[in-house]
Amino acid sequence: MANKINLKIVTPSRVMYDGEVSMVILRSKSGDVGILPNHQPMVTVLDYGVMKLYNEGEEIKRAAVLGGYAHISEEGVYVLTDASEWSDEIDVARAQHAKEVAEKRLASRADDIDIVRAELALKRALVRLNIKDL
Amino acid sequence: MPLLDIKRRIKSVNSTMQVTKAMNLVASSKLTRAKDNFNDIKPFFESTKNVIANVVRRVGTVNNPFLNEREIKRTAVVVITGDRGLCGGYNAAVCKCALNTLEEGEEPAVVTVGTKGRDFFKHRNIPILSSYREMSDRPSYTDAKSVGEKVAELFLKGEVDEVYLAYTKFISTISNTPEIIKLLPLDPDDFKTEADEGPETLTIYEPGEEEVLEYIVPRYINTVLYGAMVESSVCELSSRMTAMDAATDNAAEMIDTLNIQYNRARQGAITQEITEIVSGSNALE
Repeated sequence: MANKINLKIVTPSRVMYDGEVSMVILRSKSGDVGILPNHQPMVTVLDYGVMKLYNEGEEIKRAAVLGGYAHISEEGVYVLTDASEWSDEIDVARAQHAKEVAEKRLASRADDIDIVRAELALKRALVRLNIKDL
Repeated sequence: MPLLDIKRRIKSVNSTMQVTKAMNLVASSKLTRAKDNFNDIKPFFESTKNVIANVVRRVGTVNNPFLNEREIKRTAVVVITGDRGLCGGYNAAVCKCALNTLEEGEEPAVVTVGTKGRDFFKHRNIPILSSYREMSDRPSYTDAKSVGEKVAELFLKGEVDEVYLAYTKFISTISNTPEIIKLLPLDPDDFKTEADEGPETLTIYEPGEEEVLEYIVPRYINTVLYGAMVESSVCELSSRMTAMDAATDNAAEMIDTLNIQYNRARQGAITQEITEIVSGSNALE
């Protein structure tokens, strides 16, 4: 299977995916990276973003990945993340609510709010809401 | 004992038995779920450890605050207990295990997860740096993360110089044992044995080795804590199950003895009554 790569996506609560793909695109801290079979071993820190799984040139699945890291070795790609959801699992209403709350908190600019946390919450909500278009 | 008292006693033991039986059933059904959860987190834990092992092995000496040894003034132990009792020696065992380690250090302090641990150390006047509750029933990664972040903060600020973790190790449903492991600072030698021998692969670290380590190490702490919390909750439930099973057996045994006592007393009363009647009619003749 020279043109396939093993992919394993693991979150603390479950193994999300364990199988072969022909390519996976990850959002790393330094931008999108596409991993093809026989990639050089690499460890990369992931940003909040969308992960896309390809098989035979076609996209088969996409998931929101909220931080974590990927470990690429000869055995395959290991994606370890705190939280991740397939595009069809996302709770849109909840994400929309989270987005509004975060926006409101950022707009108020009160002293007692944690701006970094609100920004991260907003970022998470945006990834979840915009997964179809990203 | 008078007849009526024995009867009352049987009734009360019987209702206790119903409670213990119900608790046993609840614990065993929760245990199945907790065990599944415990098996689910293993891959996450193993791979996190693996990546750190490889990074540490390759980078050799790195300048990471979590890996640097320093002079030990204050020792802290993170103690993972349950919130509730009625689970045999589960809570006491892990607390005692932590206490033994604390007594070796000069300035002890604890971070407790679970109200039983908090009460235990409060009673012994050991400073509690932070305490958490309502996590033991069904620990989530978010719970572990908040504990992990607090521990990392205490360590980085220099409020504590080494951190141990006391939790309960699962052996089988009927057997578990308290364990203590060193959490911080991390010992690179621990990982070296984990990493596979053989030729080193040239791995790229993005954005950089130190950055990757900086990101992964706190995550590793959270993962270790999460693993320990989940494992402890499995032990708590299995201890409770065993304890409640024993309690139910004891109650059943007690009811048996009481029943014999009751029947004997009843028989005695009847015999006595007959004797009285017979002797009464004899007197009339």
